[in-house]
Amino acid sequence: MGVWTFNPVLTVVLIPLLTAPVLALLPGYKLSARINVLAALATLLAASSLFFIERPLPGNYLLVDDLNIVFIVLNTFVAFTTSVFSASYIGHELETGKLAAPYLRFYHAMYQVLAFAMNLAFVANNLGLMWVGVEVATLTTVLMVGIYRTPAALEAAWKYFILGSVGIALALFGTILVYMAAQPVVGEGNNAMLWTVLMQNVATFDPALLNLAFVFLLLGYGTKMGLAPLHAWLPDAHAEGPTPISAVLSGLLLNVALYALLRYKLLLAASPGALAPGPLMMIMGLVSLVFAAFMLYRRRDIKRLFAYSSIEHMGIITFAFGIGGALANFAGLLHMVMHSLTKSAIFFAVGHIAQIKGTQKIADIRGLTQTHPVLGWGLVGGVLAIAGMPPMGIFMSEFLVVSSTIAHAPWLALPLVLGLLVAFGALLLRLTELAFGEPSGSTAAVKASVLPLYAHLALVLIAGLYLPPALVLWFQHVAAMLG
Amino acid sequence: MERLVFDIAHSLAGGLVLVSFMMLYQDRLSALINIFAVQAVLLALSVAWQAYMQQAPHLYITAAIALVFKAIVIPVALHRIIKQLGIHREIEPVVGIGSTMFIGIGLVALSMVVMMRVTGQAAPVAREDLAFALSVILLGMLMMVTRRNAVGQVIGFMSLENGLVLAATGAKGMPLVVEISVAFSVLIAFIVIGIFLFRIRERFDTVDLSALDRHRGGQ
Repeated sequence: MGVWTFNPVLTVVLIPLLTAPVLALLPGYKLSARINVLAALATLLAASSLFFIERPLPGNYLLVDDLNIVFIVLNTFVAFTTSVFSASYIGHELETGKLAAPYLRFYHAMYQVLAFAMNLAFVANNLGLMWVGVEVATLTTVLMVGIYRTPAALEAAWKYFILGSVGIALALFGTILVYMAAQPVVGEGNNAMLWTVLMQNVATFDPALLNLAFVFLLLGYGTKMGLAPLHAWLPDAHAEGPTPISAVLSGLLLNVALYALLRYKLLLAASPGALAPGPLMMIMGLVSLVFAAFMLYRRRDIKRLFAYSSIEHMGIITFAFGIGGALANFAGLLHMVMHSLTKSAIFFAVGHIAQIKGTQKIADIRGLTQTHPVLGWGLVGGVLAIAGMPPMGIFMSEFLVVSSTIAHAPWLALPLVLGLLVAFGALLLRLTELAFGEPSGSTAAVKASVLPLYAHLALVLIAGLYLPPALVLWFQHVAAMLG
Repeated sequence: MERLVFDIAHSLAGGLVLVSFMMLYQDRLSALINIFAVQAVLLALSVAWQAYMQQAPHLYITAAIALVFKAIVIPVALHRIIKQLGIHREIEPVVGIGSTMFIGIGLVALSMVVMMRVTGQAAPVAREDLAFALSVILLGMLMMVTRRNAVGQVIGFMSLENGLVLAATGAKGMPLVVEISVAFSVLIAFIVIGIFLFRIRERFDTVDLSALDRHRGGQ
C-alpha cells in the first residue's frame, strides 16, 4: 500500500485538523460557516466510507474496529448537522451583537479543533493518544463555553475547567497504572500502550493494579460523562455557552468519555482476576439517573433543564453497560445513539427559541406551538422522544434496558423505573408550560434552519418503528463484543 | 552504590510530598507561588534522577521543561499577575489549617497503604514513586478544594500535575509521547488559565471566585 492511498481513518482526523487554521485566518462569518459545514460533511463522508472500504490494519497509533466505527459515524453525523444549525444560529448572534466578528473566527476554528480531538479519541489505538484527544476536546469546549464573556459564562467555564481538569488528571493516573500493569508482561515502550496488544495479553496482567486503575478511570472519565456526584460542571456549561456547543457537549462529548470507559471495561472483563467493572458502573448510573430525574423538577432555565436530562440519560446508558450481556449492551448502544440524536435536536430547537424570546427562563416562554408552530412542534416531538414516549426510538431502548434489568437483577428495576417515571413527569410538565397556553414574549418570525432538527427527529422515529436488520445485526455483534 | 541511587530517588519524591504539605498552610499568595517553584525544582531533579537511573535520555527533556517552565516562567508570571491585581500582600483565608493538615496526613497514609498493597509485583522504585505521586496528586486536589482564590486553585492544579509527571516518569519506559503530552498539557492549560485570569480581571476587580459566585446563573 502506497503512502498516498486513501486512508479513511487518517482522513477523519486530518480534515478537521487542517480546516481549523484556515477558519482561524479567514475573515467573514458567512464563508467560514460554509467551510465549517463543508468540512464536517467531508469528515462524515470519510467516516461513512469505513463501512464500505476495507479497513486499514491497526497501527501503532490508529485503530478501527466494529466498536468504535459506531461512535465515529454517529459523532461525525451529529457534528455535521450541528454545523448546519450553527451557521444560522451564529448569524443571529452576530446581528444582535452578542458575539463580535473576531470571536466568530475563533469559534469556527475551535469547532473544527473539537471535531478533530473527538475523532482522535475514537480512532486512537494508543491509550495516551486517546487521553490527549479527550484532553484537547475538554480544553476547546472550556474556551467555547466562556466565549460570551458574561460573568455567568466565565464562571461556568471556570467551573468546567477546574472539574474537567481534575477528571482528566485522574484519568491520566489511571492510564499510567494500566501501563504499569502491562509493562512487566509485554515489555517497555509503545506496545504496553496499545489496545490491540493489551487486549491479547490482559489475562496475565496484575489484577490488583488493573482494579485500582479502573477506579481512577471511572472517576476521571465519569466526571467527563457528567455522572453524579461529579456532574457539577455540566448544567452550567450547557446553559452559558452557545447552544450549538450545548448540542455538541450533550450529543457527542459525553459519548467520547463513555467510549473510553467502555474500552477499559472490555479490558477488565478480559482479565479473570480483576474486579467486575459492572456493579460500579451500575451504581453510578443508577445514582445519576435518580438524582437527575428529581433535579429536573426545580429547573427554571430551559437549557439547564435539558442538561440535567443529559445526566439522566448518561446514567441510563452507564447502567445498561454495567449490567452487561447481549441484551443490555444492545440497549445501551441503541440508547446512546438515540439520545445523541434526540438531545442535539432538542438543543437545535431550544437555541432558536431562546434567540427569539431573548431569554432562557422557562417562565417567560409560553405557547410556542401557537407563535412558532414549526419550532414549537419540533420541541414537542423532541421532548416526547427524550421522555420515552412510544413510538420513538428511546422508548424502545428504555424498554430493553428495563427488561434486561428484570432478567438480571429484578430488585434494581424498581429504582430504575422510578427514575424514568419521575423524569417523564418532570419533562412533560415543563413541556406543557413551554409549548401550550397563552403565548408570551416576542412573536417575531425567525430565520431558523429546521432541517437538522426534523432530520434527527425523523431518524429517531424511524428507529422506533423499524430498525433495519443489517443495523440490528451490527449492534448485536458489537453488544456481543462488549461481553 | 545501587542502594544510594534508590535512596536519592526516594528522598526526592518524598521531598515533593513534603513541599505539597508546605503549600497547604501558606496564607499568602506570593509565598505560595514561591513554594510551588521549590516543588517544581524538586520535580525537575527527581525526573532528571529517573532519567539517569533508567538511562532514558528523553526524560531529561521533561526535567528541563519542569525546571524552566514550572520553576521559573510560571512563578514569575504569577507574581506579576498578583501584583497587578493588587492581591500580593493580602492574606488569603485557608479553611482551618489544622484540619486541612490532618486530612492531608490521612490522604498520604491512604495512598501509601493502597499503592503498597496493590503494586506487589512492580519494581520497588516504581512502587514507592507511585505511592508518593498519588500523595502529591491527592494533596493537590485537597488544595484546590480548600482555596477560594483562582490563583490558589491554579497552583493546586499545577501541583497535582507535578504528581502526574512524577508517576509517568516513575513508570519505566513509558513512551515519550505521553511525557511530551503531559508537558504540553501543562502549557496549554496555562494558556487557558492565563486567558481566564485576564478575562476575569477585566470583568471584576478581583480574582476571588466568591465574587464569581454572585453571578451564578439561574438554577
